[in-house]
Amino acid sequence: MNIRDDEAARTAERVARESYGRLVAYLSARTRDVAGAEDALAEAFATALRLWPADGVPDNPDAWLLTVARRRQTDALRRNKTRKVGEEHLMLISDELEAAAANPDDIPDRRLGLMFACAHPAIERGMRAPLILQTILGLTAIDIAAAFLISPATMGQRLVRAKARIKEAGIPFRVPDRQELPDRLDAVLDAVYAAYAKGWTEIGEAQGNALSSEAIWLGRLLVGLLPDEPEAKGMLALMLYTEARRAARRTADGAYVPLDAQNTRLWDSWQLNLAEDLLRQANAGGPSGRYQIEAAIQSAHMARRLHGAATWPAILQLYDHLFALTTSPVVALNRAAALSEVEGPAAALPALDALGVDPRMNDYQPYWAARGHVLAQTGDKSGAIEALTLAIGLSSDSAVRAWLRQRIQALQDG
Amino acid sequence: MQYLLMLYADQSAGLKIPADAMAKVMDLMGAYQASLEKAGAFVMTSPLDRVQNARTLRMQGGTIAEPSPGVFVNQGGDLAVHDGPYAETREQLGGFYIIEAPDMQTALDWARQCPAAQWGPIEVRAMKPGF
Amino acid sequence: MQFMLLIHGDESQMNALETDDTGMSPDYHAFNQALIKAGAMRGGERLRPTSAATTVRVRDKKAVVLAGPYAETQEQLGGYYLIDVPSLDEAIDWASKCPAAQFGSIEVRPIWPTRPQ
Repeated sequence: MNIRDDEAARTAERVARESYGRLVAYLSARTRDVAGAEDALAEAFATALRLWPADGVPDNPDAWLLTVARRRQTDALRRNKTRKVGEEHLMLISDELEAAAANPDDIPDRRLGLMFACAHPAIERGMRAPLILQTILGLTAIDIAAAFLISPATMGQRLVRAKARIKEAGIPFRVPDRQELPDRLDAVLDAVYAAYAKGWTEIGEAQGNALSSEAIWLGRLLVGLLPDEPEAKGMLALMLYTEARRAARRTADGAYVPLDAQNTRLWDSWQLNLAEDLLRQANAGGPSGRYQIEAAIQSAHMARRLHGAATWPAILQLYDHLFALTTSPVVALNRAAALSEVEGPAAALPALDALGVDPRMNDYQPYWAARGHVLAQTGDKSGAIEALTLAIGLSSDSAVRAWLRQRIQALQDG
Repeated sequence: MQYLLMLYADQSAGLKIPADAMAKVMDLMGAYQASLEKAGAFVMTSPLDRVQNARTLRMQGGTIAEPSPGVFVNQGGDLAVHDGPYAETREQLGGFYIIEAPDMQTALDWARQCPAAQWGPIEVRAMKPGF
Repeated sequence: MQFMLLIHGDESQMNALETDDTGMSPDYHAFNQALIKAGAMRGGERLRPTSAATTVRVRDKKAVVLAGPYAETQEQLGGYYLIDVPSLDEAIDWASKCPAAQFGSIEVRPIWPTRPQ
């Protein structure tokens, strides 16, 4: 394949993917039959990816794909002729599709409704992100399984079951009303962010990197579809702040580099600027939610590293807000770390002790890493070594383990 | 779509509620039903008699045969009546009938006739006025 | 007196028997006719499997929605409502408004429509 063909193939893929979620959502919005819509579209996309690189992408890809998918559905309809149920319904949809294919500008974008269905409270929490990745982006069960560390067969089964549940339990494709929106949108954002976080922790794996890009793509889609929701912008900003540092978080030979030691020239300024812009827009509208605050914390870290701004007090305040909102022990831990920077390690220690009463901290690696860090600063060498040793034992990342071992070594030498 | 809302609660705690407080609960249930009716969502409802008065009909022994398509008959088994509700979790609620019968015995006779008695337990509970 | 017959069975086996959504076995059809003829029939429905069930309860004034059927055994079935609404959202909404949601749990299960042969 020469470079031009390759480019055409990528263009085809990009256009096809943009169409995929829109068409799945459109085809399944009325019947809630996501699996049926996917089947009807599968052949259309296979054909598109075969023909478009050679023939060029059609002027209206959606209309092209819808025409092929419609033919598929008509075939399926003919095959199911013996089955009475749903026939009129399919006929109705077929007519609608015909009209839509003739005038593709009339195809309404129901992706948002589909995302809310996938992240519905009646869908098991752990399946929300995989469902969105599959229905909106067309990712295969194999790709999703790899990212979520589940066998492809199990993931495939769970996806099939979850789609059957959308249909059978009667989960609607609908953007919730104002009153319900904040809670329900949180579930959608959490699912997309969970996909991002999966991709972020898979260091060095092409798979993980790809998943993070997919999640960012979904974040941009959400911001585009819900331009008035500051939390959607906040989440996208948070993902971009993190993503911008991807190249700096490991040395060339794979060693862990903490934020304060990262080479800021390796940070992606385009992504950072985009994140800053999104955060500004988000903060301009309405009250701050979890993602906006987390993005603001990242923004303050950037300002600290890039311009030497004294932003630790601001970070501490932001963690106070975040804790009031979430009462999460993870936030309390980060708050204690910020407190150590603002008021010194002696001030942070009581906060860490209080948090240590929570039994969930017993096997929470970041707690012991932070505790070791603070104890080392107070001069409690043996206490610090003990905490850092626990942190090593609880870490599954060999680069982080190596870095912690170095810290222990430095304490023993010093 | 039609949905069945199945109301579960700790029965022994419910029985300890004083009469005047219970009257309040029933008022609330009445108001709830009125709002369902007003919204056009109401189909039917009933409270159920306490579980101690429930009987469960269950086929014991035998094997299930399919003499003609869709007809399942237990051969060699006995339909036994047990006191109390159906409690195991191996099997799931798959449907229900509401019937009019003069007494538990007649209701059990109907349950015996139900095709599902051939392969699964049927719990019979009297309905009470209320809600 | 009115009685409710609650049909239990091993779902995996029952579902294996299903051929399509319209299926009603001749035996059921005959049983229904007998009930109707005797004037004893007050209603009855087949339910979709527990995989389509959702459980709702209200705690601290917030509706808690759980994917799946009601599974605990400390509580007992005390009553039911059969409602007709456009989607699961309205069903959950009604369940959370039910006074019983304040102290008990409400399993919400879609009816699986049958058509007599």
